[in-house]
Amino acid sequence: SSSEHKLNFKKSKEACLSYIQDALLQKQWKRAAEFLTCYVESLEKDYSREHIGPSEMIWRIGTEILWHHSQSSMKEFNCFMEQMKTLGVKRYLKVCLEHVFHLLCDGQIDEAYQNLSLAESWRFGEQTAIQDKEMKLIQAYRGLLDYYSWSKQKNILLEHSEDGFSDLAVEQEMHGYFRKAAVNLKEIIKIPGVWDIFVKCYVDLLEFYGDHNEARQVLNEYAYNSKFPANPNAHVYLYQFLKRQGESKKSLISALKILHDIVPSHELMIDFNTMLQKSKKRKKRRLGLEVIFAALDYAGWKENTKAWSCLAKQVKQIVISEKHLDWIKQEWSSRKDWWPAFHFSRYLAKRNWQENKSLSYEKALVAGILLGKGCKYFKYVSHQGCKAQLKRFRMLKKFVNRHSPVYLRISG
Amino acid sequence: RDFNERCAQCSEVNWGLTDGGRFYCRSCHNVTERTREVVNTDFITNSRVQTISKGLRKQEKNDGGSEWYICEGFQLVLKKQVEALEALGVCPQMKDEILCNFWRCYLQKSKQAYCKRPAGEAVKALSVCESSTDVDSDPERPSLLHLLSLSESEGDLQTDCSFASSVSKVSESTSVYSGSVDGSLYLMKNQKEKLCMTMPMTLSFCYMALLWMREPITLSELLRYVVEGHIPYLNVFQHFPEKMKLCGHDLKIFCVESWPVYEEVFNKMHELAAFLDLPRFPAITESCFLHPDMLCMKYLMEANLPDELHNWTCRVVKKIGIGEVDFLTLTPGNKSTRKVKYDVLAAAVIVVVLKLLFLLDDHYECFSVISFISSQTKVYISYSGGPYFEFKKWYEVVKHSLDVEQKKLDEERAKYLWRCEKPLFYSVKNKSKVLKRRQMVVNLQNQFGKLSGSVQRAKKPNPSSFQLSWSEENTDGSCFHGHSLKGILQEKCGLLTAMNPDYWLCTVKLCNEKLCGHLAHYREVEFPQSYHFVLGLFSFLLRIQPSYIHDEVCMIEHKLFYKKLYKKLKYNAVLRK
Repeated sequence: SSSEHKLNFKKSKEACLSYIQDALLQKQWKRAAEFLTCYVESLEKDYSREHIGPSEMIWRIGTEILWHHSQSSMKEFNCFMEQMKTLGVKRYLKVCLEHVFHLLCDGQIDEAYQNLSLAESWRFGEQTAIQDKEMKLIQAYRGLLDYYSWSKQKNILLEHSEDGFSDLAVEQEMHGYFRKAAVNLKEIIKIPGVWDIFVKCYVDLLEFYGDHNEARQVLNEYAYNSKFPANPNAHVYLYQFLKRQGESKKSLISALKILHDIVPSHELMIDFNTMLQKSKKRKKRRLGLEVIFAALDYAGWKENTKAWSCLAKQVKQIVISEKHLDWIKQEWSSRKDWWPAFHFSRYLAKRNWQENKSLSYEKALVAGILLGKGCKYFKYVSHQGCKAQLKRFRMLKKFVNRHSPVYLRISG
Repeated sequence: RDFNERCAQCSEVNWGLTDGGRFYCRSCHNVTERTREVVNTDFITNSRVQTISKGLRKQEKNDGGSEWYICEGFQLVLKKQVEALEALGVCPQMKDEILCNFWRCYLQKSKQAYCKRPAGEAVKALSVCESSTDVDSDPERPSLLHLLSLSESEGDLQTDCSFASSVSKVSESTSVYSGSVDGSLYLMKNQKEKLCMTMPMTLSFCYMALLWMREPITLSELLRYVVEGHIPYLNVFQHFPEKMKLCGHDLKIFCVESWPVYEEVFNKMHELAAFLDLPRFPAITESCFLHPDMLCMKYLMEANLPDELHNWTCRVVKKIGIGEVDFLTLTPGNKSTRKVKYDVLAAAVIVVVLKLLFLLDDHYECFSVISFISSQTKVYISYSGGPYFEFKKWYEVVKHSLDVEQKKLDEERAKYLWRCEKPLFYSVKNKSKVLKRRQMVVNLQNQFGKLSGSVQRAKKPNPSSFQLSWSEENTDGSCFHGHSLKGILQEKCGLLTAMNPDYWLCTVKLCNEKLCGHLAHYREVEFPQSYHFVLGLFSFLLRIQPSYIHDEVCMIEHKLFYKKLYKKLKYNAVLRK
């Protein structure tokens, strides 16, 4: 039992680490530095059996402190990172990569590029093969920076062509960067992962040089290959590409369908609904209604006038045609218990009216149909609107009054 | 060993070897002219012989080092420690007369040998002994290496960095050795003999000497001074002379990576005293610092308790006989008497007294006492002595200070620096790596040290016997020394007794210490918070686990209430019949 209490090197350093952790969480950089100073001697002890050794701890903690501490400079930071690179060969590329990220955050693009090139040329026996993934990342980021350079050259070129020059030198440089970037970007996106930025840049390059097939293939792979993690952005990129290419509504809709399944609250749902509403197919219009209702389930959409106007438009259209009221009924049945308090409270009526009359207009229409002309929201807004002698509100009131029986059919 | 002639002077056959290689008679110290001609490989512990026959020592000479033995190292350690104690005010006699002799006696009894005298040492080298019987019989070179690899265990002290581990690992069994002559052998012996020198044992030596001199430093204080850095212990090898190179197995012996534990040092001290066949120690009488009456006074002050409690501690001490000279004085080898932990005992006495007067059941001391006091008198400050002592108020004041000090202590422990400038290499092969690492550590310390703000590494506080101090001059009433116990006492038949009629025993039955090492097993949840707090207070002051104090409390209680317990046991036995 005395051994439990034995204060030894290991326990003392564990305690030290927990003090560092507390200080970091409370952003007390000075205090964290104080304890880290005491912790660093752990490097002199063998921890090969531990999961995370002191060298890794020191690297991560030191990075945080130096990055945030008010008295620390980039020079010190870089110096520290160089030391960390020598500490653990198994971690070398990772450290390089994270160093590059920090340099980029600090705006030192050239420095970052140099570091990436240096890292790329690193060889260390079997470690090179083991750290293959990190190497690919390093190459990918270098490709990204090459893309960035390409982009700058492209802009210069465009400027010059506007002014009437043609600049061969710039063009050559631009093509050079393209080649370098394309090679690396292409490689990384083959590996299953989340590579949004690489994909975007690569597609941009492909589109510029007119290789639309390759671009389409890349985006399809990225979105539909099951080996890749589910990623809403993949579908967004594909959709945007198809739109740029002027593809048919059918393919656009199929691209967005999955997005709706994954992220019903995505901002593209408005576009989606707009397309679906216009469709000749009944199923599509039905889906459109589902989509817009689903989007408005989310708090972030509460004050989105466009979304409400989409819903209002579709609801109005259905009511006037007197066909498919059951659609509304279906959508409303799971929402009627909570949407009234969520969207159509008296408080919200007042606030919406004060802040955004168009929003209140659209909402009032929906409320009036779904909850009847007696509902708080509709009554307040329409009253206010009529009082203010705004024509559309008078029209609204008339419309809802005319169609009030609908409410009974919906709510029943 | 193979010299079997009878001594000319005393006719005994009991030979030893001098430095010069001559035989001398151990009984009468008669030196002969006979020298050892044959190099006898049985003499493994004799380094000269080893050097000649084994030829393992080539590397040493190159780096400017010289041969040295583990004992020499420990001798230096002890020297440094006792010098530090002298600086703390301990009588200089301790070094020259007491500790010196203890050490000499130990070397003799444990038959340890060394050839070279460290420069400037006053202690003379002892006679070289005959071969020790506990070394394996086959002294041939291969088996020595075999022994080396046996004693080589997974080292905490290997300084392989992760960088190197990816490169081929150093093959330990062939190249590890030690800077000292007998480092590896020493470790091997350590597994067989219990009284091989270790770093904690140096403190046992110090404590033994202190006890012999009856110096006013308790074991807990000694250990605290060690942790605070006033007595060399951690990294004491820094002070070894340049020519004493440390590496390999030496590191396992001299480099500590943990603080000494009270129990360990205490038990070793007693083993040592018995091993050295020491006579009865100088008597611990009432005027001694280590006597419970004295220590209780000190601890009462430190714990901010009323001076009046001292009467009570003395009464308890007297009643159970723990103030008797025979009880307190150490007689080595006497297995029947319980070994006395003076500091823990005194603390436990105070705890028992608090229990007697305040019950400490989380209720009585907080509520009954106060209500009684307030009901008795409106005048808060009585004219004889200070205000009435209120346990609750005391608790709040002391707890506050204790928490502050505990927090400081915890932080200090977390910030402790274990390494020193002198780098240690396990073997020459990883020397450059070690030096590189050391350099990096120093760089990082500088870099982050600058970012620590104005907080500099605080200098060692001056050694102080008192960790908590309370001044009567404080007007905030935070000092309770002068408080009166009148509120909880009553007079009966001319004697002051406690108003509290109850007492709860920590345990009804004591454990068998020899079986499980403790008299009782303390678990916080099973006891009142007040009791736990009081244990915690002394646990902090003495830097030991509360359970040790709890053990002593149980022991005292059983002595105190022996009659009642005995009666009860007898009664139960009678019932069973």
